[in-house]
Amino acid sequence: MVRFDNVGMRYGPGPEVLRDLSFDLPRGSFQFLTGPSGAGKTSLLRLIYLAARPSRGLVSFFGRDSSTLPRAELPLLRRRIGVVFQEFKLLNHLSVFDNVALPLRVSGRQSSDYAEDVIELLNWVGLGDKITASPATLSGGEKQRVAIARAVVNQPEVLIADEPTGNVDHEMGMRLLRLFVELNKLGTTIVLATHDLQLVRMLDAPVMTLSNGHLHIRPPRSERSVSGGDADSPIPSPLAVREAVESGAAFETDLHSDQSEDTP
Amino acid sequence: MTIADQSGQQVSGPLLPPDGGRDRPLFLVAAILVFLACLSALGARGAWQASQQWTSDLESSLTIQIRPVEGRDADADAQEAARIALTVPGIDKTVAHDRTHAEALLAPWLGQDNLPDDLPLPLIVDVELARNEAPPLDALQSAMDAAGLPASVDDHGRWIDAVRTSARSAQTLALSLLALLTAAAAAVVAFAARASLVARLDVTDALHLCGAEDKFIAQLFQTRFFLLGLKAGAAGALVAALVSMLVSMGESPADMAFFLPNWRLDTIEIGLLIIAPILAGLTAALSARLAVTADLRDRW
Repeated sequence: MVRFDNVGMRYGPGPEVLRDLSFDLPRGSFQFLTGPSGAGKTSLLRLIYLAARPSRGLVSFFGRDSSTLPRAELPLLRRRIGVVFQEFKLLNHLSVFDNVALPLRVSGRQSSDYAEDVIELLNWVGLGDKITASPATLSGGEKQRVAIARAVVNQPEVLIADEPTGNVDHEMGMRLLRLFVELNKLGTTIVLATHDLQLVRMLDAPVMTLSNGHLHIRPPRSERSVSGGDADSPIPSPLAVREAVESGAAFETDLHSDQSEDTP
Repeated sequence: MTIADQSGQQVSGPLLPPDGGRDRPLFLVAAILVFLACLSALGARGAWQASQQWTSDLESSLTIQIRPVEGRDADADAQEAARIALTVPGIDKTVAHDRTHAEALLAPWLGQDNLPDDLPLPLIVDVELARNEAPPLDALQSAMDAAGLPASVDDHGRWIDAVRTSARSAQTLALSLLALLTAAAAAVVAFAARASLVARLDVTDALHLCGAEDKFIAQLFQTRFFLLGLKAGAAGALVAALVSMLVSMGESPADMAFFLPNWRLDTIEIGLLIIAPILAGLTAALSARLAVTADLRDRW
């Protein structure tokens, strides 16, 4: 679905911030992306959501080479990728409803076609009572859920989330993680960038670790026990992730519990 | 902001936030530019109309000049020339002028009653041509020569060329001003559109990352700037119409009148004033579209 082959990236004449990245994100997979600040996580995410092009190597999306992709086709590809930004990128002059409906609106759909779906989605993320609110009046966790709802409203094939739990408390972090897992169960490929190792340990999912521009991929625990090590490997099938989620064993808290008391 | 309509349906708010007064200076600048552009357009039209009138007057008439010859009666020669001219096909009317008329023509330079009676003066015969007839210059000169009259026929060609050249210069000047003002308006709007885009980077980035095409984002700015250009243009055109009317109602020196727009409430002038705001809106929209598209291409 998304494939990197010997990808390098630099800004201007500076040194490479990403070096020799090769990996494949299979359809329906779930993976964490972690690494220290400045390791190149944001640059890698920018490459994945087509906000930047590699300096060398091949990045392909859905079988298309990103470097030779005509500009006019970029929006169509972007509609297949949902992004949850660390800083949310919500528009305060629009209501929660309009923010979530944005990807549908820009693709030319009429509000009468999608209003019901958007409201249902907002109810699903626990914001059914905030439909007409401005994002400026929401708490960090609520904003995060609006951003997630916007990222998934178009049913993207790939969802990229940059520190989605960075601005929320532990309980909300768990609920958001549950949300991503549910989306993954529905077939969405998930890349979740986080510093939170506790969060990473909660799921039996592969972990992509960036360090000084190099990528190390650690397979999920279940596969490591079979292969017997931490060696680099292609990202495996999400089966293990799904099984872990469905069994609920990886979760320490009940992620289906009622919403927390968010305060702006 | 989303609101629910009477049927409970969500009604989406505008994707671009309100300008919050940020566009007010641009409105003023655009209105002034359109005002000046309207005056230039009216000026060009006035120059064209004046040159048409003057060349038409000159082209529809000829002048026969009776040279004073010792021993001949110039007044009689003038009368005879007028009579003979009427026999030439294509000539509608002739008027023979006497010595008094010739003295009156010289009065601005030599003064009244300052001419000695024996000073030989050429007399003038005005010849009016029939409508749509080419001036029978050669036939008329031949008829004069055949009658033995000391007459020479003038088709005003020298003056027509001078008038045409002056009118063309005035028109070129007015149209150049119009082009400059249009370019200035486009540049100002492009600058303002870029500033507006920079102020709304959060919006354009969010739209872009949600899969909006460049033309979709450009359309948002294009629509806003079209309306701004239209409103500013309407204000500028209205003021230009008022100023033009006031100028036309007042007296102006003869040499100035040529360059001033002539308010006659005719269809073309009203049309110019109606089209100006639409053109201003289109110019603003196009400038904004180009600026936004270029900016998006640079940044993404």
